[in-house]
Amino acid sequence: MANMPVSEMRLPPHLAHLLAARRLDTAKDVLSLPEVELMAVLDAGLPTARAAVAHVSEAACPPCQTALALLEERVRLGGGGRLATTLCGLDEALGGGIPMGKLTEVVGPSGIGKTQFCLKVALLGALPEYYGGLDGRVLYIDTESKFSSRRMIEIGQKSFPQVFRQEGLAQKMAGRILVTRPTSLADFTKSLEQMKVTLLQHDVKLLIVDSMAALTSLENERATGFRQHPLRWALSFLKSIAEFSRIPVVVTNQVRSQSNVDGYHFSFEVDRKDGDNCTGGFDSHLVAALGIQWAHAVTVRLVFESHSGHRFIKVAKSPMSPAVAFPFVVETSGITLLSDEGIDVTGPEITSIRCQGKNVLAQ
Amino acid sequence: MGSGENNPLGAQNAWDMLSDEQSQKHITTGSGDLNNILGGGIHCKEVTEIGGVPGVGKTQLGIQLAINVQIPMQYGGLGGKAVYVDTEGSFMVERVYQIAEGCISDILEHFPHSHEKSSSSNKQLQPEHFLADIYYFRICSYAEQIAAINYLEKFLGEHKDVRIVIIDSVTFHFRQDFDDLALRTRVLSELSLKLMKIAKAYNLAVVLLNQVTTKFTEGSFQLTLALGDSWSHSCTNRVILYWNGNERYAYLDKSPSLPVASAPYAVTGKGVRDVVSSNHKRVRVT
Repeated sequence: MANMPVSEMRLPPHLAHLLAARRLDTAKDVLSLPEVELMAVLDAGLPTARAAVAHVSEAACPPCQTALALLEERVRLGGGGRLATTLCGLDEALGGGIPMGKLTEVVGPSGIGKTQFCLKVALLGALPEYYGGLDGRVLYIDTESKFSSRRMIEIGQKSFPQVFRQEGLAQKMAGRILVTRPTSLADFTKSLEQMKVTLLQHDVKLLIVDSMAALTSLENERATGFRQHPLRWALSFLKSIAEFSRIPVVVTNQVRSQSNVDGYHFSFEVDRKDGDNCTGGFDSHLVAALGIQWAHAVTVRLVFESHSGHRFIKVAKSPMSPAVAFPFVVETSGITLLSDEGIDVTGPEITSIRCQGKNVLAQ
Repeated sequence: MGSGENNPLGAQNAWDMLSDEQSQKHITTGSGDLNNILGGGIHCKEVTEIGGVPGVGKTQLGIQLAINVQIPMQYGGLGGKAVYVDTEGSFMVERVYQIAEGCISDILEHFPHSHEKSSSSNKQLQPEHFLADIYYFRICSYAEQIAAINYLEKFLGEHKDVRIVIIDSVTFHFRQDFDDLALRTRVLSELSLKLMKIAKAYNLAVVLLNQVTTKFTEGSFQLTLALGDSWSHSCTNRVILYWNGNERYAYLDKSPSLPVASAPYAVTGKGVRDVVSSNHKRVRVT
C-alpha cells in the first residue's frame, strides 16, 4: 500500500490540494521525508505537516489482524499449508514439509544434491493431490542450466512407480513444469516482474530458483553495492510472491570458502577466535555465497553438507523446528534419508557448512 | 504521586521516579538468567533493541515476549496485550500457539491450585485467548513501516491495554530498498524518537529486533548490528544474541542502569527458557 495514491485517501481537501500541488502523489512520497523536510516542501507549519503525515499513515498502514484470526485463516485454508517432501524425518522436523507462503533456501557445496532435491520437489508440485502433491504447475527458474527432464522423470518413476505406471502420466507431469533459463540478472529481474501475472494465469503452485547465487556471478565482478542491489530487490519480490500467492518458494544458494573467520564474531567475543579454528581437520570451511543479509531474509534454511563420510541435510533455520541433521544418500529415486530419526545438533554447528572433498589428487 | 502536583513544570522529581520504577513490573523473557542481566525482564517505557545472527532466536524471543506480556496479573504478569509488527514474514502462527501452550503449562505448574479456580480464569488460560490479544501488522515496504509506526499512536490510544510493541525486524525494508543513506538515517532517527515517545506515553515496552551486518574495523571484519552508528544511539537498551560454543547467549551491550553482562538461554519446544545443564557458569559479568 506504499504506492497508494494520495488522491484516493479521502484526506481533508486542504491537505489533499497541498500534497497534490507539491507532487507528493503516493504514501511513499510523503512518508519518506523527515518532518522538517516535509514542512519545507509543503511550505507549511508543523501542525499541517503532522496532520498530513497522520492522515496518510492511517490510510497507508496495512490492516491489523489478531494472531487468532491468522490461525483461523490458516486452518480454513487447509492444514498448515505445507508441501511434504516425502522425506519423512525432514517433513516432521519442518512441521509437515516446505511451508507455503515462505521462502525456503537450500544451501550447500556443488555436487551435494541441491538440484536433486529441487527436481524431486518440482515433481511433487506437479503430482496430483492424491499422491501428496500440489496438483499445479511449477515454475522452475534454472540459472545454471542443470535442469534435466530425463533425470526428473527417472526420479519420478523410482519414487512413485504407481503414478508413473499410468499411461501418459509422465508426459502430463513433465508438461506441468515450466523451465525458464535467464541468462543475466537483468533477464531474471524482467521475468520476475512478469511473474505475478504468470502465476495467476497458469495456476502455478510452486516456484523454484536454482540457483540464486549463480545470478550474481553472471554479472562480472563489479562493486559490491552495485551487485547487491538488484538482488535485494529480487529478494523482497520473491518473499512477497510467496506470501501473496500462498505458494512455497524454494531457492538454492551456492557456497564459497570463508575468507575471514573473524567476520563471524562480535567485537566483544575476543576469547573465542583461537579455539574455533581447530574444528574440522581436513574439512574446508564454507559460507553461503549470498551473505548474511540474505540469510536473515529466508524463513527456512536447509544446509546440505558432507563430513565424516556422509552427507547430511540440516535444518539450520526454521521458526518451527528443532536443530536436527539427517544423513542422506542420492539414489536413482533421488534424495533418500538413511534414517528418519534426526541427529540433534547443538550450538552453532547447525549453521556451518562442511564439505569433505573426495581428495582424489592426494591419493 | 502526590508530590508531583506541586511541580510547576509538570516534571517528576527523582525520588518519585525511583518509586515509580520500583513499582513497575517487567516482562519476563522466559529465562531467569536472561531476566537477571536485564534487571528483571524487558522494561516498560523503554526501547530495547535485540539483535543477532540469523537463526539465533530473535523471532522466538519476540514471540515469547508477545505471549509473556499477557500472563494475567494474579500469576505475576502484566495482563497486557501485544502489538506485533512483522516486516519479514517470519511470524509463524503455529509456533505462537505452541509457545502460548508452553507458557500456560508453566503457569499451571507454578500455581497448581489454579485448576480449581473459577471458570473465568480457566478461560483466560487458553492458547486461543493469548492469540486473540496479539495485534498483528504485516508490513511489506519501508513506507508501510513508517505508516504503521505513525498510526500506532492512534491505535494505542484506542487500545490502552497494549503493554508491548514488537517490531520484527526494524531493519529489513530499510536495508532492502533505501538508496539515500543520509535520508535513511534521518528517517530512522525520527522513527526511533516516535517509538520512544509511544513507550513513555502509553507505559509500554518497545522491542526492536535488528539484523547483523559485517563491518570493517581495526583491520578485520566484525559482526555488528545493522543500520549504522547513529541508529545505535536511538535505543535505551541493546541486547545482542550470539553463540558461545554450543549455547545461545545474550549480551547486554548497552543499558543506562545495568552493568554489561551476558547470560545463557535456550530455545526449547515450549519457547525461550533457562539452560538446564548444571555445569555452566551462571550470570557472568565481563
